[in-house]
Amino acid sequence: MSATTAQPRPQRLRWAAADGVTLTGRALAHWARQPAQFVIGLLFPVLMVLMFGYLFGGAMTVPGGGDYREFLLPGMFAMTVVFGIESTYAAVATDTARGVTDRFRSLPMTPSAVLTGRAAADLLHCAAGLAVMLACGVAVGWQWRAGASAALAAIGLLLLLRLALIWVGIHLALVLRRPESVVVLQILVWPLGFTSNAFVSPDTMPGWLAAIAEWNPLSATVGACRQLFGNPGWGGESFAAQHAVVLAVAWPLLLIAVFLPLAVHRYRRLGR
Amino acid sequence: MHDDGPAIEAEGLRKRYGDTEALSGLDLTVPAGTVCGLLGPNGAGKTTAVRVLTTLLRPDAGAARVAGADVLRHPERVRARIGLVGQHAALDEVLSGRQNLVLFGRLHHLGGTRARARAAELLARFDLTDAADRPVGTYSGGMRRRLDLAASLILDPPVLFLDEPTTGLDPRARAQVWDAVRRLVTDGTTVLLTTQYLEEADQLAHSIRVVDAGRVIADGTPEQLKTALGGDRVDVELARAADLDRAVRVVGAAVAATPLVDEAGLRLSVPVTGRVAALAAVLRALDDAGLSAADVAVRRPTLDEVFLRLTGHDSPAARPTGKKVTA
Repeated sequence: MSATTAQPRPQRLRWAAADGVTLTGRALAHWARQPAQFVIGLLFPVLMVLMFGYLFGGAMTVPGGGDYREFLLPGMFAMTVVFGIESTYAAVATDTARGVTDRFRSLPMTPSAVLTGRAAADLLHCAAGLAVMLACGVAVGWQWRAGASAALAAIGLLLLLRLALIWVGIHLALVLRRPESVVVLQILVWPLGFTSNAFVSPDTMPGWLAAIAEWNPLSATVGACRQLFGNPGWGGESFAAQHAVVLAVAWPLLLIAVFLPLAVHRYRRLGR
Repeated sequence: MHDDGPAIEAEGLRKRYGDTEALSGLDLTVPAGTVCGLLGPNGAGKTTAVRVLTTLLRPDAGAARVAGADVLRHPERVRARIGLVGQHAALDEVLSGRQNLVLFGRLHHLGGTRARARAAELLARFDLTDAADRPVGTYSGGMRRRLDLAASLILDPPVLFLDEPTTGLDPRARAQVWDAVRRLVTDGTTVLLTTQYLEEADQLAHSIRVVDAGRVIADGTPEQLKTALGGDRVDVELARAADLDRAVRVVGAAVAATPLVDEAGLRLSVPVTGRVAALAAVLRALDDAGLSAADVAVRRPTLDEVFLRLTGHDSPAARPTGKKVTA
């Protein structure tokens, strides 16, 4: 019915793109099939904003002064990004455990589309989550105060972090291959989040912990977002805090440089 | 399509995982348009063989051609000409049956319109139209298997691989899968089927390869193998212990063979040729002698018996708890 062998290069690239789009569409169909799950996923960070902003917020002080919710929101944007690693992991591990990945691999499709389709779907998911969070932020009084282009740059940095975590998630899923192990990630994102500047300033932590928090990749993105959104609490004594934007680019690129090849290697090793 | 040569040809396939040799020089030739059954217990290497032949796994050594294409050199050509049904239904449980088939159709590069038309066709053919728009997660085991089979037939592949297609299915669902496979074979599809059940291979396969420890240890038609393996047996269970000695004589004379006796279970078992005639002869002999039986049954040799006969050891799967066969 169709011959897919020995195609010229442009044809191959077209199929690679088409297959990626098909698999991205599959993820969108999942959300349409499970709207409740999708909406709950989007609203969870909103709940966190309400908890931290209104329950704990009164007890928080922002370094250099300023409103805690203004300080918190960039942290919560980044946490929304970090939570996304769970859905990447769950999707890839479930497909691999159920044999769906093997079925894809036995089809005359572009092998790389399995990974690029996943990455594109998860970036879209992250964009939807960030849109909800931006709206939530505006509703609780948060604002971007440094202009639209700086705000867009901040959103770009958040998506860049998500892209890096996609490859970490794919790699972990292909190594562990157990959908139920997502629980481990659901637990681990919390120490990662709390040992950063997302909720409180590292200045309030003991010295060694503060150092870890300052250099946490998450802190770089959060610090850069505070700076680019013009929110309070950015900057600081340390090198990491003073170069947040540079690090918010460098950390994700480093993670991608390490985990993208590892994930591709693991994917290829399914055949060994 | 590729009638110049066998549909599947494998030579000296080897694959090692650590200390375990999953394939230790497996050879296989399957003529086009036939069904070949790979028969063996868990761990015999059947699934590894299928994974190599479907390009999912690179062998350490050996060569294979499927539907005219080299598995190692042109895996993408092989993939365009095969269908694979793995051990577990490889379906998206969240999506509906129709969405699954359209997804796989698109990934076969049919394009949206043709993928949807093909999905509708396959859903009708596998009697899934009513459930087409329900999530696959709500399907029964038999429905999943049929959808899985449909998903492997998007392009009407000339060669189909079925890895234990009926494991875990109830008898009705199993019969449905068998029917579907028979219809495909009528249309000229070549099928490689792995199974742990002699009966399944017997029902579907033109030729059987018995696999143990990663290589083929016996091959032939189902009839040839059964003859070579001692064929069918008639088991008689008696109602009264007092009848046992006389029953052994009477039954032995009726089929001209020496029965094996299980005194505690009041059972005797005798090898026979010609299932129906032998069963009738045994029943007549018991009746003429005025002996009443609690149960009389003719049965195929079990896989355990086949293995014992071929290898001198119980099947690996049966080893821990396997019944001792007194042959």
